[in-house]
Amino acid sequence: MIMTGPFIVSVSFVYLGLLFAIAYWADRRADQGHPVTGHPTVYALSLAVYCTAWTFYGSVGRAADSGLGFLPIYLGPTLIALLWGSLLLKMVRVSKSERITSIADFIASRYGKSQALAGLVTVIAVIGVVPYIALQLKAIAWSFTILQHYPEVRMPDHTALPLWRDTAFVVALLLAAFTILFGTRQLDASERHEGMVAAIAFESIVKLVAFLAVGLFVTLGFLGLGGPEPPNPVENARLATLLKPLLEPSLAPFQDWFAISLLAGLAVILLPRQFQVAVVEISDERHLRRAIWLFPLYLLLINLFVIPIAIAGLTTFPDGRVDADTFMLTLPIAFAQPWLALLVFLGGLSAATGMVIVETIALSTMVSNDLILPALMRHWRRQPPAADLGRLLLDIRRGAIVLVLVLGYLYYRFAGEAYALVSIGLISFVAVAQFAPAVIGGLYWRGGTREGALAGLLAGFLVWIYTLLLPSFARSGWLPPAFMDSGPGGMDLLAPLALFGLVGWNEITHGLFWSLTANLGAFLLVSSLREPNAVEATQARLFVDALRQRHPTSLPLWRGRAEIAELMALTERFLGVARTREAFARHARARGIADPARLPADAETVAFAETLLSGAIGGASARVMVASVTEEEALGLDEVLDILDEASQVRAYSHELEQKSQALEAATADLRAANLSLTELDRMKDDFISSVTHELRTPLASIRAFSEILFDDPRLDLAQRKRFLGILVSETERLSRLVNQVLDLAKIESGHADWRTEAVTLQEVIEQAVTATGQLVEDRGIQVRLDLPAQPALVWGDRDRLIQVLVNLLSNAAKFAPAGSGELGVKLSQSMARGTDPGDPPWRVCVSDNGPGIPPAELELVFEKFRQATIDGAKPAGTGLGLPISRQIVENLGGHIWAENAPQKGANLCFELPAHPVDPFDHKAPL
Amino acid sequence: MSKRILIVDDEPNIVISLEFLMMREGHEVRVARDGEAGLAAVRTHRPDLVVLDVMMPKLDGFAVLEAVRADPTLAGTRILMLTAKGREAEQNKGLALGADAYMPKPFSTKALVEKVKELLASTD
Repeated sequence: MIMTGPFIVSVSFVYLGLLFAIAYWADRRADQGHPVTGHPTVYALSLAVYCTAWTFYGSVGRAADSGLGFLPIYLGPTLIALLWGSLLLKMVRVSKSERITSIADFIASRYGKSQALAGLVTVIAVIGVVPYIALQLKAIAWSFTILQHYPEVRMPDHTALPLWRDTAFVVALLLAAFTILFGTRQLDASERHEGMVAAIAFESIVKLVAFLAVGLFVTLGFLGLGGPEPPNPVENARLATLLKPLLEPSLAPFQDWFAISLLAGLAVILLPRQFQVAVVEISDERHLRRAIWLFPLYLLLINLFVIPIAIAGLTTFPDGRVDADTFMLTLPIAFAQPWLALLVFLGGLSAATGMVIVETIALSTMVSNDLILPALMRHWRRQPPAADLGRLLLDIRRGAIVLVLVLGYLYYRFAGEAYALVSIGLISFVAVAQFAPAVIGGLYWRGGTREGALAGLLAGFLVWIYTLLLPSFARSGWLPPAFMDSGPGGMDLLAPLALFGLVGWNEITHGLFWSLTANLGAFLLVSSLREPNAVEATQARLFVDALRQRHPTSLPLWRGRAEIAELMALTERFLGVARTREAFARHARARGIADPARLPADAETVAFAETLLSGAIGGASARVMVASVTEEEALGLDEVLDILDEASQVRAYSHELEQKSQALEAATADLRAANLSLTELDRMKDDFISSVTHELRTPLASIRAFSEILFDDPRLDLAQRKRFLGILVSETERLSRLVNQVLDLAKIESGHADWRTEAVTLQEVIEQAVTATGQLVEDRGIQVRLDLPAQPALVWGDRDRLIQVLVNLLSNAAKFAPAGSGELGVKLSQSMARGTDPGDPPWRVCVSDNGPGIPPAELELVFEKFRQATIDGAKPAGTGLGLPISRQIVENLGGHIWAENAPQKGANLCFELPAHPVDPFDHKAPL
Repeated sequence: MSKRILIVDDEPNIVISLEFLMMREGHEVRVARDGEAGLAAVRTHRPDLVVLDVMMPKLDGFAVLEAVRADPTLAGTRILMLTAKGREAEQNKGLALGADAYMPKPFSTKALVEKVKELLASTD
């Protein structure tokens, strides 16, 4: 079988045709609502667009050159994949809610939707990545040429071919067609490209199969089953030197391992094509879970046979005439395996085309949205644009696709075999690694500002140009090589490969270190110059807190005047009438409004229109466009922070709020109750004062009347004079008693009374009280009977106060007992133990009289102030405060007092006090 | 000229002083110790003037006043209210219910005697 040019071209065409068919089929299925991208495995496979022709062919080359040096490029992504659950999930959530279309859009959105930032990111991406596209084209052309010489193993000589015979050019055109067809079906770049993703996933399978096929072929050969012979190092000393790094792998130098792992780990999410497949094209964030293990597994499989293939290559082509980068293809040719060679060619073609297609879509979106559109928008300010901007935008994007591919092709043609092209893989990675501080910092730190991000990117990018891009130019002979070693003007400190005297590091490690240091330093330093402004703070919240909400949404932080009709008209110009109407109708329904035209032109609607436009023209441009039809008032940072605080707190503390409101309700109820009782107390105080004044006026009236009578009437006889003076004396006594008792009661009630607490024997108290009231009792001709137990009744209390209680009860009883035939009884007893009170049962004292008794309705009232029962319709002498004071005293001593009617006649006033335990060593206690 | 005066009060000493003052003026004095007895005495003895306390057991002064004013046969009865409750509201209430005069306790004996004279003079 002869691998002629036309045959290979035909196979290539058939293969690309297959890709078109798969993409077409997947798009159709998506249109019918059954997207193949709904499957998580498809998502994980599409991520493998990471493995380009550079890795497909280059891994073996790197391994042949430096042993395990190829491994960090896969190790890094594997390790970083462990962080995807947070890092990538945040990026996905934010991008979905903000309709983010590219890495440039992402960074610009994070820092206040800045067009300048988006433009800078785009420029860096284009400069960093276009040579990488060139490399893919070169790999295709190379592999084509090598395969064409089958069965001869011959390196391609780079004679410039005319364009139409240049495979790279033809392939570039085909890829442009594919990308335009499947990448610009719709204007909304935030929508998924199902066809393209399906084709990419398919290509990932093809390149893996091709790689594994070569690996198996080589390994089987080593095992003596045909194919290449295992090397015998002893036979050939030179071969031994060649194989040394492979057979005795070493991790040294460590810093290179670390740097390249980090670099690759960052690139796998920051490369425009990786952002495209991982973030923009994801259909369900749950797909991440499978990708987290399936993608590393893919990387492991595709690297499994790198070392055996490298060993086989070095053994088979020991003279160094064959480039190690081509071993994948030249080994099958050398061992006369045309089909295997063809499969490898297709694998390489898959790797290259997959990369070129996705990278081109990503870059063209960025170039059209973030470079061309802003320029056009400036132009539109002077000259109003055409009505249908949607078509124009699609054409711009298609033009950008062609432009990116043409640039890639031109670089390939121009650089040819130059070092600047061959080494571009990792250099490209370092360029996109410059996005890391802005992206990762933006996802985990709220303090970043637009200027900080700009400064960081610019600093990192300039250092990248100086330490990596220019030296690669110098090595290609485009710049004087001396500049690399000695720096400009002979300043060694500024030598691009040994900046500030840092020597001994790999060129990539060196460049990565200095560019990221400059980048991060400038980012942090400039960000710290000012607080984030309103828009930045809003976006920071959205990005940093993305994991707290399943669908993070920006708060409608907007204030100003807008017309719904103008907003719709603006959107229609980009998205077309039908899509706009549909989207606004959906939004209106979600807000419970039937007619979209009746939507309030408020912050929410403006934010909705802006997000809608973002999907088509990017966040930064959308912001400018929306601002052009609305009159926005600047929101101060304080206001924004207030709103943000409120929003986050509302969520975080709603539970607490609920609790607080319950507590508040309880407190309100308490207060209401307290207020009620205060009102009641106030009323009682008023009543009390009113009663006191009444009680004071009554004796005062007598005193005044008799004083005036005595004063005015000198002719009064002596007996009458004496009688009146007697009344004066008794009324004065009554008055002072009343004053004393009011003060006494006030003192006890306010808690200011001095209580002497001591062990008191109730027998003594009763006897003293009886003695004190002896005169009164005797005057009224009343008998007193005492019924006291022999056992001392000990209580804990104030002796004088207890005597006061007894005196009150006795004089009270004496008043009600009929004069002459009155009988009072005082009974002291230990009451029946009640309830579960531990210890001795309380002591009870009852004072009984044989008077009229107390009406049942008044039994409780007698203890209230100024409530006096009447005796036979007449008012008894006394202040009406004796019993209330007694109650206060008894209750203060932990007892209680009550009134009851005796079974026969008269009233019983009783109180109980807790018994004090008898001290066995007290001399008063009976032995 | 002698008039019939009824004193209705539950404070014995005040009753004694009022009784003394009225008798010194040459009036015929009767005493009641509570509202009910007072009202009964007004109906049976038809006094020219009642010195009526407000705070009393059984029936208070206002109730007695109302009952007297509600009885047209007692229309000529002059009523002087005495009370230890000095608030203006009480005074207004008494006057509104038809008391002829209202004096707070403690009262001036001279003013009381003058007031009684004045009220009795108007009956003629």
